[in-house]
Amino acid sequence: MTRRIVGPFNRVEGDLEVRLEINDSRVTEAFVTSTLYRGFEQILQGKDPRDALVYTPRICGICSVSQLSASATALAEAQGISPPPNGRIVSNLILATENVADHLTHFYLFFMPDFARSIYQDEAWFDWVETRFKAVHGTAHRDMLPARAEFMHIAGLLAGKWPHTLTIQPGGSTKSVNKAEKARLRGLLSSFRRFLERVVFNAPLESFVELKSKQELDNWRLKSAPMDGDVRSFLFLSSELNLENMGAASGRFLSYGAYLNNGVASFKGGVLENGKMSSFSPDDILEDISHAWLEDGDISRHPYDGRTMPDAEQKSGYTWCKAPRLRGNVMEVGALARQLIDGHPLIQDMVSEAGESVEARVVARILEVARTVLLMERWIEDLQPGEPFHVTASTPDEAQGAGLIEAARGSLGHWLKIKNGRIENYQVIAPTTWNFSPRDANGTPGALEQALQNAPVRAGEKDPVSVQHIVRSFDPCMVCTVH
Amino acid sequence: MTANGFAKTSINMLWLQSGGCGGCTLSAICAEAPDLLTAFDGANINLLWHPTLSEETGQSFNDILDAVRARKIELGILCLEGSVITGPNGTGRFHMMSGGEVAMMDVIAELAALSDHVVAMGSCAAFGGVTAGGGNPSGATGLAFDVKDPGGLLGEKFRAKSGLPVINISGCPVHPAWVTETLLQIASGDFTEHDLDVWNRPKAISDKLVHHGCSRNEYYEFKASAEQLCELGCMMEHLGCKGTQACGDCNTRSWNGTGSCITGGYPCIACTEPGFEEPGHAFVETPKIAGIPVGLPTDMPKAWFVALASLSKAATPKRLRKNATADHIVISPNNNKRRGKR
Repeated sequence: MTRRIVGPFNRVEGDLEVRLEINDSRVTEAFVTSTLYRGFEQILQGKDPRDALVYTPRICGICSVSQLSASATALAEAQGISPPPNGRIVSNLILATENVADHLTHFYLFFMPDFARSIYQDEAWFDWVETRFKAVHGTAHRDMLPARAEFMHIAGLLAGKWPHTLTIQPGGSTKSVNKAEKARLRGLLSSFRRFLERVVFNAPLESFVELKSKQELDNWRLKSAPMDGDVRSFLFLSSELNLENMGAASGRFLSYGAYLNNGVASFKGGVLENGKMSSFSPDDILEDISHAWLEDGDISRHPYDGRTMPDAEQKSGYTWCKAPRLRGNVMEVGALARQLIDGHPLIQDMVSEAGESVEARVVARILEVARTVLLMERWIEDLQPGEPFHVTASTPDEAQGAGLIEAARGSLGHWLKIKNGRIENYQVIAPTTWNFSPRDANGTPGALEQALQNAPVRAGEKDPVSVQHIVRSFDPCMVCTVH
Repeated sequence: MTANGFAKTSINMLWLQSGGCGGCTLSAICAEAPDLLTAFDGANINLLWHPTLSEETGQSFNDILDAVRARKIELGILCLEGSVITGPNGTGRFHMMSGGEVAMMDVIAELAALSDHVVAMGSCAAFGGVTAGGGNPSGATGLAFDVKDPGGLLGEKFRAKSGLPVINISGCPVHPAWVTETLLQIASGDFTEHDLDVWNRPKAISDKLVHHGCSRNEYYEFKASAEQLCELGCMMEHLGCKGTQACGDCNTRSWNGTGSCITGGYPCIACTEPGFEEPGHAFVETPKIAGIPVGLPTDMPKAWFVALASLSKAATPKRLRKNATADHIVISPNNNKRRGKR
């Protein structure tokens, strides 16, 4: 058996280290370490509750709006208010813009460059893939960056800037939209759609959204050459490298439900365990800290009563990350979980045929780009200029509230307790806290740790490429994971 | 120098992240006209390694570091994004460099000594930033400032090999053009110590106030104030806006093509200033003494400000008074050239 430590593991957001035990050209055990601790939960103690809207987005520069949305939702619950429809729509549009941009950033900047690594140089497809997707130098980067930047004008218009806006508030949006701005939103989104349909999908978005099975996906792919559209290129590479059989994890999925509007989520939430759906209750969450560098390692707590006090000397710890569990079980969160639980037939078929995988995670993300842009088109039409965008409420001296939302990378929760008008406790469970959690007290590895078991290792590989694909298929955000 | 003013041989730039959120990188890749990578190409900046963008990971990254340490690769620009994490108790254990047994703060100090230029990307790297908020649980500090005190990781006297101190591009996040324009000046060799202010921030940015070009300037002039978020009036009197005190060209150069905090409907929180993370009051509330805002424009006599404010308040047109507390324009400016009554 050999041991390898892979780190710094880049092209993920933040700092990541993965320790591997390898036997017979396979990973047998994996240990995932989040190496950075900043202490946001400590920083927030005693603050004016509204200040959480300034601090929590700065947990993460790539999920900044998601953090803000969760914080605003928690505060709204504590204040007992809900935003007017316009406020909800603007908030959803800003969040959707971030989520779509994040999916695109992941696909082009984080994930695809691994296929241009020299380990693949003998493959027949290597030359054109390298030209297109090579990190920094690939032609895809040069296509994607300007298109992404222009798409982010939606955030500029509605949120003032991205990242780190304050537009999303418990009472709605600080930005009201007039008719001309509504027209501008239409224009920006249609320009982005052009880019997606020309460069990313090389097909109308609807043609991808309407796919119902893996077979239909294969047919869609084979309609054109592998280099006709970057999604097709990925699907080609995935079939060449058998990525549908790589990276299976726990078979248990969680989604809080995304983009609430009039009490209804656009992507519905729930729990899916080994093919069986059940409803989600936040009461079922406990955070195990037996393998984290944190105090009180033997006590699991619900986040309302959570404690986050670092202890670098904690002997059983190997990461700063807690291990959240739902009814004691490891959950996978993210676009795959969301699209499965929402019941999209393509994703359901892929997972029921081959289980969750690198391929399924990436396809779910791509699908979500298309579905979300179509939703955004509808939301823009639903904006009613002249009607209210924001209501104001005062913060009670004693209250609590939870903000459970879906970020690009999955389920994000904020739990806030207010006492004497100040924050008494504030705890955050981020998507990658779920996915990249360490072992719990029962010794059960987290989702990524499970997904890495059995990953193939090629002769002489120091940083196994299969491990690169599997880790990045989760689109981890390490600055969120430990905050 | 080449005809276009940039270095003939490429300048190697290494970008590291520590106690931050990655948001300065994410902001930087929103650069437009040109995009970030094209800007680097044009300036002959060779991106030696960047955590978000580069291929190298694990061993291949460590090979780059070793080559820099062995002087086989000359380091032209070292960028740090995020604060330097020194805790607990000065050990730096709260951020060990992934894949090794070394505290990130030691890697940063080692590389800073080898680089021609050292650039702090964002308020965290410059001063400590939000990570240094509250009781600063992680021992966060800036490269050459600890919040407002000179020092930080490298100390007040630190000079990079070029002779320049750490260049602090503050902001939370940085504007992409602050990044590209500063780096391009460095690459062309015409960035000097005279281009830095007292906080070692590029004067090109800090010579301006967020207030300049504020789209709510007319409300400011007449002290027609918004009372709640989402209202159109000036946010200085009630909602904590620090645009008149904070440096930055946020309202003369738009963010994400079109915006600023003010156009987004929320106040400037002075994110370019050291210590912004602990304002001593709620961010969206203006602290007042006897009804007068505490944080007035820094270089204006208070009595004059109060006198002018009461004068302009008395002269406020109805249009501004009404619009200031509405979420959309309720009274349009008069168009007195129009003949005939509508």
